[in-house]
Amino acid sequence: MVRVRLRVDPIKCKAHGMCGELFPERIRMDDWGYPVIESRPLPDDLLEHALRAVADCPRAALRLDPIDEPGARVRPDDAD
Amino acid sequence: MSLSTPAEGTTSRLLPARPVPEDLDAHLAGFGPRPTVEPGAMIDALERSGLRGRGGADFPTGVKWRAVTEEAQHGGGAVVVANAAECEPASFKDRFLLTYRPHLVLDGLEHAAEALGARRVVIYTTRSHSDVEAALRAAIRERRRRDDSDRFVEVLVGPNRYVAGEETALIARVSGHLAKPKMVPPRPFQSGVDRLPTLVQNVETLAHAALIARFGASWFRSVGTERSPGTALLTVSGAVRTPGVLEAACDTTIAAIVDRAGGVDEAPAAVLLGGYFGRWVAADRIWNRTIDADSLRSVGGSLGTGVLVVVPATTCGITETDRVLTYLAGQSAGQCGPCHAGLPAIAETFHKVATGRARPAALELLTRWSNDVSGRGACRHPDGAVLFLTSAMEVFAADLRHHLKQGECRFSGRPSLLPIPAVEAGWW
Ligand SMILES: Cc1cc2nc3c(=O)[nH]c(=O)nc-3n(C[C@H](O)[C@H](O)[C@H](O)COP(=O)(O)O)c2cc1C
Ligand code: SF4
Ligand code: SF4
Repeated sequence: MVRVRLRVDPIKCKAHGMCGELFPERIRMDDWGYPVIESRPLPDDLLEHALRAVADCPRAALRLDPIDEPGARVRPDDAD
Repeated sequence: MSLSTPAEGTTSRLLPARPVPEDLDAHLAGFGPRPTVEPGAMIDALERSGLRGRGGADFPTGVKWRAVTEEAQHGGGAVVVANAAECEPASFKDRFLLTYRPHLVLDGLEHAAEALGARRVVIYTTRSHSDVEAALRAAIRERRRRDDSDRFVEVLVGPNRYVAGEETALIARVSGHLAKPKMVPPRPFQSGVDRLPTLVQNVETLAHAALIARFGASWFRSVGTERSPGTALLTVSGAVRTPGVLEAACDTTIAAIVDRAGGVDEAPAAVLLGGYFGRWVAADRIWNRTIDADSLRSVGGSLGTGVLVVVPATTCGITETDRVLTYLAGQSAGQCGPCHAGLPAIAETFHKVATGRARPAALELLTRWSNDVSGRGACRHPDGAVLFLTSAMEVFAADLRHHLKQGECRFSGRPSLLPIPAVEAGWW
């Protein structure tokens, strides 16, 4: 089972704010109108809402990313 | 033939004994010719050496070379870029190294190019560091005259912008775009310059790699700690009698480093560790600590790019923080909301606090905003800026309350300590 989390590409995001309304379970807006997204893995029952937010972002700034399983080998990704 | 290996335990590795720029003859007289090392053996040696990057992220170098090699096997070849941007205003170590020992860095760059079978080899520096660019071009000319190798090393310059040395910004510039960071993944080792797997390595890291190629991994490990082996270049400034760049084993204490920089000329209050992306630490908490990663992590810091600024009790930490924060906010690439909108809001609010024009609630706002913007840019610029701020609010907590009420303190008018570069307009 691949676990996923929701991420925003902050370069693409232009603070339309739609996502906060579509997926309030995991997204709140900061004081400047940009989404703050919880990085915890998404449980199955939230996937539908997450997918709707991804599909409806006018900037295509949201995406679901797989989370590497623990114990995956060290890669340069781990720098941060 | 290579000359004899320097004694184990020596901590003068990267810098020449005398501050005279070494030309190719002097370099060859000291180190002998660059050995040819088979790619697999080179990467093995790097991994065994435990060398970690000296550009700030402290990432294991061998792991990075191996990752690029593996990606490059899918075809297309790889690109190697030496990062000599050094846009950190309080750091001079990369420029110092390139001025005095350019050939050691170029040796390391050639090792990387050879090990990775690079089709493009670049050294990237900053336009305003024009003396470095000149030194590099002269050194490359010297090598080409001497050498029958026809590997072409390009020298490219980017803008003097804080984030222009971040690896995805550097890659954008080398690929012919503006030097602004990009969203990852893909990471440079997967898709970098011209979409090819790319190794970006700080110039000091490359110089260490050149020494490991000559003298081996266990020689490298003969100083420092298990987790932070070898030596590091440090830029020491502030309240020390002889500020400058020095080299120290990674298990040296801050006190011993300050001694080598001539000792303090005023009682120290705090140390800025790692540069403008770094952390303020109260002097008494850190004075007897060593600079290895485990030791500094226990005070929430890291060596970053090797910057140590000793701040005396007669310098106003709040005013210094205010100036640097304003500078950092202005250095946003303006691409990501939390950075582009958040950092200026944070800097303005802090400025109001520092000048006594804020309500006490401003402190809570600063803490909340700092949490909010951290980790939310495409690059780590916001994270660095708020670490600088939040650690200042901790270390100078009493001064902060004083400024909130009085707007200044008796040291506010003192000459400033931390350098602020002239702001550059373009991104090219
Ligand atoms: C905002 C920002 C600025 C950076 N500036 C530099 C720089 O000027 N020089 C440098 O070597 N690394 C800089 N880095 C780190 C690079 O992204 C990269 O990690 C480094 O060049 C890799 O080399 P190393 O593994 O040898 O340290 C910066 C990182 C960030 C987030
Ligand atoms: S809907 Fe898209 S563009 Fe709008 S705030 Fe959310 S992520 Fe940003
Ligand atoms: S976080 Fe800031 S500096 Fe980094 S890419 Fe985004 S806007 Fe540019």
